[in-house]
Amino acid sequence: MTKVSMTVNGEAAEGEAEGRTLLVEFLREELGLTGTHVGCDTSQCGACVVHVDGRAVKACTMFALEAEGAEVRTIEGMANADGSLNVVQQAFQDHHGLQCGFCTPGMVMSAAALLDETPRPSEAEIRDYLEGNICRCTGYHNIVKAVLAASGQDAERIAAE
Amino acid sequence: MPKDHGIGAASKRREDVRFLTGTGNYTDDINLPRQLYVHFLRSDVAHGEIRHIDTGAAEAMPGVKRVFTGKDFEGVGGLPCGWQVTDRHGQPMQEPAHPVIAQGKVRYVGEILAAVVADSRERARDAAEAIEFDIAELPAVVDMKAALAPDAPKVHDDLDGNLCYDWGFVEENRETVDAAIREAAHVTTLELVNNRLVANPMEPRVAVGDYSRADDQSTLYTTSQNPHVIRLLMGAFVLGIPEHKLRVVAPDVGGGFGSKIFHYAEEAFCTFAARQLGRPVKWTSTRSEAFMSDAHGRDHVTKIELALDADNNFTALRTETHANMGAYLSTFAPSVPTWLHGTLMAGNYKTPNIYVNVKAVFTNTVPVDAYRGAGRPEATFQLERVIDKAARELGVDPIALRRQNFVTEFPYATPVAVEYDTGDYNATMDKLEEIADIKGFAARRKESEARGKLRGLGVNAYIEACGIAPSNLVGQLGARAGLYDAATVRVNATGSISVMVGAHSHGQGHETAFPQVISEMLGIGEDQVEIVHGDTSKIPFGMGTYGSRSLAVCGSAMVRATEKVVAKAKKIAAHLLEAAEADIELRDGKFTVAGTDKEVAWGDVTLAAYVPHNYPLEDVEPGLEETAFYDPANFTYPAGAYACEVEVDPETGKVTIERFAAADDFGNVINPMIVDGQVHGGLAQGIGQALLENCAYDENGQLVSASYMDYAMPRADDVPFYTVDHSCQTPCTHNPLGVKGCGEAGAIGSPPTIVNAVIDALHSGGHKVDHIDMPLTPSRVWAAMQG
Ligand code: FES
Ligand code: FES
Repeated sequence: MTKVSMTVNGEAAEGEAEGRTLLVEFLREELGLTGTHVGCDTSQCGACVVHVDGRAVKACTMFALEAEGAEVRTIEGMANADGSLNVVQQAFQDHHGLQCGFCTPGMVMSAAALLDETPRPSEAEIRDYLEGNICRCTGYHNIVKAVLAASGQDAERIAAE
Repeated sequence: MPKDHGIGAASKRREDVRFLTGTGNYTDDINLPRQLYVHFLRSDVAHGEIRHIDTGAAEAMPGVKRVFTGKDFEGVGGLPCGWQVTDRHGQPMQEPAHPVIAQGKVRYVGEILAAVVADSRERARDAAEAIEFDIAELPAVVDMKAALAPDAPKVHDDLDGNLCYDWGFVEENRETVDAAIREAAHVTTLELVNNRLVANPMEPRVAVGDYSRADDQSTLYTTSQNPHVIRLLMGAFVLGIPEHKLRVVAPDVGGGFGSKIFHYAEEAFCTFAARQLGRPVKWTSTRSEAFMSDAHGRDHVTKIELALDADNNFTALRTETHANMGAYLSTFAPSVPTWLHGTLMAGNYKTPNIYVNVKAVFTNTVPVDAYRGAGRPEATFQLERVIDKAARELGVDPIALRRQNFVTEFPYATPVAVEYDTGDYNATMDKLEEIADIKGFAARRKESEARGKLRGLGVNAYIEACGIAPSNLVGQLGARAGLYDAATVRVNATGSISVMVGAHSHGQGHETAFPQVISEMLGIGEDQVEIVHGDTSKIPFGMGTYGSRSLAVCGSAMVRATEKVVAKAKKIAAHLLEAAEADIELRDGKFTVAGTDKEVAWGDVTLAAYVPHNYPLEDVEPGLEETAFYDPANFTYPAGAYACEVEVDPETGKVTIERFAAADDFGNVINPMIVDGQVHGGLAQGIGQALLENCAYDENGQLVSASYMDYAMPRADDVPFYTVDHSCQTPCTHNPLGVKGCGEAGAIGSPPTIVNAVIDALHSGGHKVDHIDMPLTPSRVWAAMQG
C-alpha cells in the first residue's frame, strides 16, 4: 500500500492504494465517491469517465498512483456552487437523457469535456465523441439532444430534420 | 395546451437529480461494516466431470475466510424454475436439478465451480487461482439440432436426452393447418435464426448478503427487477428461510431488460455464506463474468410457412422452432418460446389457422431466458419477415398486403388462445405512412443511388401482449405462481402520500409517472406523492417489473387503493361537513358538498383521519391507508407499425440506418416524454440485434463474444434520430387507466423492419436475396450480394 494524494472536486484527498488499484476503485472505495461507475473490464463503456487535469479520462484505464498530485473532477463535483444542476446536467434532465442513470455520470463528464473543446458541436460530432460511452437505455436520441441543448442549439429542430 | 401535471403531462423525472449528481444508491455503492468479498471460480470448459477439487492451498492464503464448493451445497435446494410447460403429449417438460455450485459435472463455460470468500476482492481473486481442480472434459453440445441426435452427448445424464419439451400449439389444430397449407394457392416458406443476445444492462449484477445473529435476520441487497420474487424463490426453495426472516432490497438498479428478473446462484450464495460466516459477503460481477453468467436471450431457429389464397388472404400459418434453453432452466425460461411466443403468432392478422411447434433443447451454454420482449420479438420477426417475402413473391405492395389481412374488428379471438380487446392497425399504419414520409422514399432512393448507395425501405406491423397476466389463465398455462401486483397508498396526517408499490423502477421513471396518476385522481400536487419500491420490508407484496407490466398491473393496483382511500376520505369529509356521504365530491384537492359552497381541504380531512378532536369513530376507523391487489382480466395488446430506411454500401456491405419511424398504440399515455424514451431505447436494442449484436459460441462451447471487444453494442454513432409517435390510442378496455405498456415495443418491432429494409435495398441493386440472418454485418451482407 502506498499513500496517494490528489485534489478531488476542489478538495485535498488522500488515501492508500496498491500498485494495481485503479483510479476508479480508489475514488469509489477509498474516497467513497460512488457516483463514478464501473460498467466493464475492457475500457469500452465509459461509465467511469472523470476529468483529470481538465481532460476526460476513463478512470478504469489509470492507476490511482498515476493520479498523484492531479486535479480530479467527478460527477459529484459538477453541480453549480449553489447545488443546482449545471448546464449539462440540467439539459440531461430537461431532455430525458437518462433512464436507469448508470451510464449517466460518464456521459455527463464526456459531454462536458466535449463542450469545453467544441462549444457548438454538430450532431455528428456529438455522436462521434460519445462513441466511447455506452448507454443501453436511451437509444442515445435524448442524450444527443441534451448535448445540443446544453450548447445552446435548437435540439428539437435538429432532431426533427 | 399540453398539461403541466397529472396524466398526460411530460413531467420531468425527479429521480434524475440523484443520478445526475452521483448520489444514486446502486447495489455496488453499498458497503457494510466487516464486509467480505467473494470471487467465483468458474468453469472454463463447457462440459466436464469434476474429478477432484483441492481448496487447501487457497484456504491457506492471506485474508481467505473460506472456500466453498458444490459439497457445501449438497443439502441446499437448487435454483427453482417458475414455469412448467406441458408437451404435445400431455407430459411435463424435463426439468433438471440446478445447483448453486456445480455438483459432479460442469455444463457450461461460466458455471460456478468454487467460491472464495476473503477480506478483499483482490485476495479472493488471488486465492481462486490457487484452487487445484481436475475436470475430465466431455464432448459438448452447442448446436440445437445436433443436441437432439440420438447419439448426442447428454447435458444431464439423468434426463431422457436433451429435449426439454416438444410443444404443440394449438395441438388440436395441427391437421386442419396442414390441410389448409396443402390446399393453399400460394405458400411462402422461410428459415431463419433469431440470434442469441446478451441483455447487457450497463450495471453489472451485484449481490450483498448480510446476516444478523441478534434477530436471525438475513438481508440480501441485489440488482433485481423483482425483489419479492427473489425473496419467495430463494427463501422457500433454495435456502429455507421464512419470509419474515428474509429481507430483499433492490435499490437503484442500472437497467435490467429482463436479465435481472431471474433468481441467480450468486444471490443465494451471498445470502448463504453471510449466514455461515456471520459477516456480510459481497459479489460484484465484472462485465466478462456478466457475459457468461447473466441469462442470455432469444436463440431460436425457425421454419415458418405462410399460406395464402388466390386473393392474397392469409389462410394458414405453420411454424417449427428450436429454442435454446442452455444448460439449465432459468427462472422463466420455459415460458418464453411457448406462451410468450406461440400466443402472438397471429400478429395483427386474421389468419384463421395457426399451428406452432417448439422444441426446447438443452445445450452446454449459459441458460437462456427473457430479454426485452421475450418471445414476442421472435414471433414478430418470423411473421413480418415471411409476409415481406410473400409480398415480393406475389409482386404486391407489402403495406397493402398487410392492410388487407389486418384484424379490424375487436374484440378478436385469435386461433392461438388470446383475445385482443382493442386496437386499430390501419390507424397506426396511416400514421406511419405520414411520419415516415413513405411517399418521399422514391426520391430519397434516387438520391442515394446517385451517390452509389443502395437504399431500401422496410415496414412492419407488430403486436405484443403485456401486463402479464390473468392469474388463473397463466396458472392453466403452467405458471407456478399467480401474477398479481399490489400497492399500498399511505396518506400521511398532513396530506402527503407515500405509495408502496410492488413494481420496481430501473429506468422506467415510476417515481415520476406514478405520482402523476395520483395527482390526477386527487387533485393534489405530484410533489405531494412519493413512490417507495424495491424493499420487501417496506412493501406488502409485489411481482416486480417485466413484460411492460408496471403501470398496467401495479398501476392498476395503485388506482384501486387510491379509490379506497377516496371512499374513506369522503366518509370523513361528510362528517366534518355535516353532509351526506353521497353528496361529497372530491375536486382539485378539496371535498365539497354538491350544490353548496361548503368545502374542506384535502389536508384537513387527512389530519382528521389521524389526530382529530372530533371523529366519527362508530362509522369509520381512524387512519388513511389502503392496500389493493390487482389481477388483470386479460393481457394488454400494444401494437403499431414501424418503417426503416437503410443505405447499403455495395462495395463493403455496410448498412447504415438513415431513417427510423415508429407509430405505436399504447392506449392512454401517462407521461409522453417517458414513453418516447422507452421506445427510443427499444429501437436501439432492436438495431443492435439486427445489425451488430451476436452472442457466439464455438463448436466446443467456448463463448467467443465475452467482452465489449467482441460483442458489438450499439453506440451513439450507430443510430439515427428516431421519429416516434403514440397519438393513435385505443385504450385498453379492462384496466382502470386504459394503458397497455410501452417498454418492449421498440425492441419487438424494429428487427424485422431493418432486415426488410436491407433485403429491399439489395433487390433494388439486382441482388435476389431472400434472407440474411441477423446480425446483418458487412461481411454477411457482402457475402449475400456475391450470391
Ligand atoms: S468501466 Fe471504464 S470504460 Fe468501462
Ligand atoms: S441510462 Fe441506463 S445505461 Fe444509460
